[in-house]
Amino acid sequence: METSPEIDVVKSPPFYRDERILRNIAQVVSAVLVIGLVVWAALNFFQAADARGLSLGFGFLDSPAGFPISDAAIDYDTSMPFSRAFLVGLISTLRVSVLGIIFATILGILIALAYLSPNWLLSKLALAFVEFHRNIPLLVLLFLWYFTVFREMPAVENATVLPGPIYLSQRGVYFTWPRLTESGTIFGVSIIAAILLAAVVNARLRRFRDLTGRGEWILPATLGILVAIPVLGWILSGGNPIRWDVPFLDGLNLRGGLRLSAEFMGLFVGLTLYTAAFISEVVRSGIQAVSRGQFEAAGALGLKTLQTLNLVVMPQALRVIIPPLISQYLNLTKNSSLALAIGYQDLFAIGKITINQAGRAVPVFILIMGTYLALSLITSAVLNWYNSRIQFVLH
Amino acid sequence: MAVQSQTGSIVRPPPDPPGPLKWLRDNLFGSWLNSILTIFSGALLYFVLSGSLRWAVTQADWTPVTNFTLLYAVGQYPREEIWRVGAGLALIALMTGLSWGRWGRALSGIGLSMVVGFMVLAVLPAPGQITPAIRIFLAATAGLVGLGYWLGRQSWLPSSALGIGWSVTPVIALVLLAGFKQLSWLASVSTTAWGGLIVTFILSAGGILLSFPIGVALALGRRSTLPVVRLFSTIFIETVRGVPLITILFMFSFILGLFLPADARLDRLIRALLAMTLFSAAYMAENVRGGLQAISPGQIEASRAIGMSSTQTMIFIVLPQALRAVIPSIAGQFISLFKDTTLVVIVGINDLLGIGRSIINSDPAFIQHDLEVYLFVSLVYWVLSYLMSRASRRLETRLGVGVR
Repeated sequence: METSPEIDVVKSPPFYRDERILRNIAQVVSAVLVIGLVVWAALNFFQAADARGLSLGFGFLDSPAGFPISDAAIDYDTSMPFSRAFLVGLISTLRVSVLGIIFATILGILIALAYLSPNWLLSKLALAFVEFHRNIPLLVLLFLWYFTVFREMPAVENATVLPGPIYLSQRGVYFTWPRLTESGTIFGVSIIAAILLAAVVNARLRRFRDLTGRGEWILPATLGILVAIPVLGWILSGGNPIRWDVPFLDGLNLRGGLRLSAEFMGLFVGLTLYTAAFISEVVRSGIQAVSRGQFEAAGALGLKTLQTLNLVVMPQALRVIIPPLISQYLNLTKNSSLALAIGYQDLFAIGKITINQAGRAVPVFILIMGTYLALSLITSAVLNWYNSRIQFVLH
Repeated sequence: MAVQSQTGSIVRPPPDPPGPLKWLRDNLFGSWLNSILTIFSGALLYFVLSGSLRWAVTQADWTPVTNFTLLYAVGQYPREEIWRVGAGLALIALMTGLSWGRWGRALSGIGLSMVVGFMVLAVLPAPGQITPAIRIFLAATAGLVGLGYWLGRQSWLPSSALGIGWSVTPVIALVLLAGFKQLSWLASVSTTAWGGLIVTFILSAGGILLSFPIGVALALGRRSTLPVVRLFSTIFIETVRGVPLITILFMFSFILGLFLPADARLDRLIRALLAMTLFSAAYMAENVRGGLQAISPGQIEASRAIGMSSTQTMIFIVLPQALRAVIPSIAGQFISLFKDTTLVVIVGINDLLGIGRSIINSDPAFIQHDLEVYLFVSLVYWVLSYLMSRASRRLETRLGVGVR
């Protein structure tokens, strides 16, 4: 083949219009800008650090913290190192986040169902709840719950007693709580074993149902395992594995029971209600995304209401619900850092005290932000894995 | 149900007797389960309403709210300079009226509520700080919205005037508030004196205005074909989204100074605004990215085929469609930024919530009545967020989101 002379005349464009060169220049310029900014900030920091004797090291983590922490979930006293204080804070954050996620999910689903119910009054109540919580700032809600509810509780000696008994007092809420006795270990183990075994059997039977269409054993088998193994554990442990730890008034003190501090309750209740309002919107739109025809077709096939929900509606709704639900869970975890404003000592609050005590603002901030980042990444990784599992029809 | 009778005419079943009884049966007492739910929610409603009513009549004391109205509005802003706040407000009222008149229905909610709001504020019984002059001013501001509406409907007013007006309004308002050291009639007022609603408005409006272009740029950066740009954008977005806002606010308030030259000083309100802006920009970027992904590649190929450069394609083809598609999520982002401005209380800036807290703490007698203060503050936030979400829904229908 002959090359036509015209083609040889076409030159490559000048460098200032050559897209490949321009692209590389753009990359170099942006890299120089960003790295330059970072280096400039770092140089400024080293200058300031020299002038004020700051240090970037993490060595301070081993020296004694010296400040008390109320509400520590693990052993802690002021002679323990900063790293221990950090761990206490992390556990406090995790505690309020995990409990908040569980309760906000349950409450959010209930409110979504209430909103969708044919009952006019119930539906309007659910709407009012959602509209109230979605349009006010979380911090205002936390102040409302902490300063006007939990901190205004009566003094310990006049504590309000709810059936249970549950004592409501300034110093916190005291629940009657089941605790394992010495012989209770077997019972505890049997409960965990029952849950694990039930989950495995349930998954197996579901796969069997998907293959053969025979699913009538799923519910009885799962429930049977959940009841039978703990009963066995109860008998093996001699019949008294659980002792009810009942709070009681001892002079001017409440003793026993499970104590949740006013700060924890304020944060937990405010965070849960706030997030529940958002979760209910997510769940509602997920259920509404399933077309009416699906309900009608399931009814025409003779499925009962519960079967329709379980086999037809929920699998489809979950695909819509899970991704925004993940970001609500992440929001809740991050929002738990507002604990600082009402005096619950979570990761961020303890970090702030550490800065005041040890004067290492930058390393502490790196630690705090790194921890939150890790929490966010782990949560979203786990939930994205779950999401990718339910997005496809399993075979 | 209709049955064809033998004579060929259609025989319909007798209709249900209409009226409130039928409504009750259909909506509240359809089945026994429904009746139980009705009774249960009725009891809950009665319990909450009667409790609140009893509290409102016998115990509530609204002094910490009514006696400090001006404090909630402007904080410690010098009272003799308060006309400057008023002038800024009047300017914004006029511009809102103009836009309402020109752009119509999407803004009617906001415009009407401004008129009604100013009228109500003008006649509201609030002893103490609200002088007759302020009342007259508030009524006049309501009139200004109306005047703006009328002007906006006039055809001789060019639409570009609105664009210019809105771009200079924030600057004029800020200059009015801050003032200059050299001018005696416009003396500078330190931001430490600013407080209340004006700080809330400055932080949210400033954060929204600044975070929007940064967010769009970050979204484009994350979708860019240049690996370096993509990497930086992604790192920024994911880091900011992975940590709580309060950590970023603290960083900007307390340790940013370490990373700036020793003699550089940034006002604390500006530092808070910067933190809010960057935080919001990362979320904005993800919203915009969702819109960018919704644009079909055919649009880009077509515009390249008719000879548009990639910049032109981006500005005239991709962004208009992408931004229109994400209006709902951007509006949601704006509302949550507005609510998030309360977090500046934690770094010691007195926004609306901060003023409420300092009023409560200013007098031991008020600590008993903190509920009233928090309820008032919640009401203000609630009304404003609710109006914003309503306006965004109207904007959606007007721009035909989801309709091609």
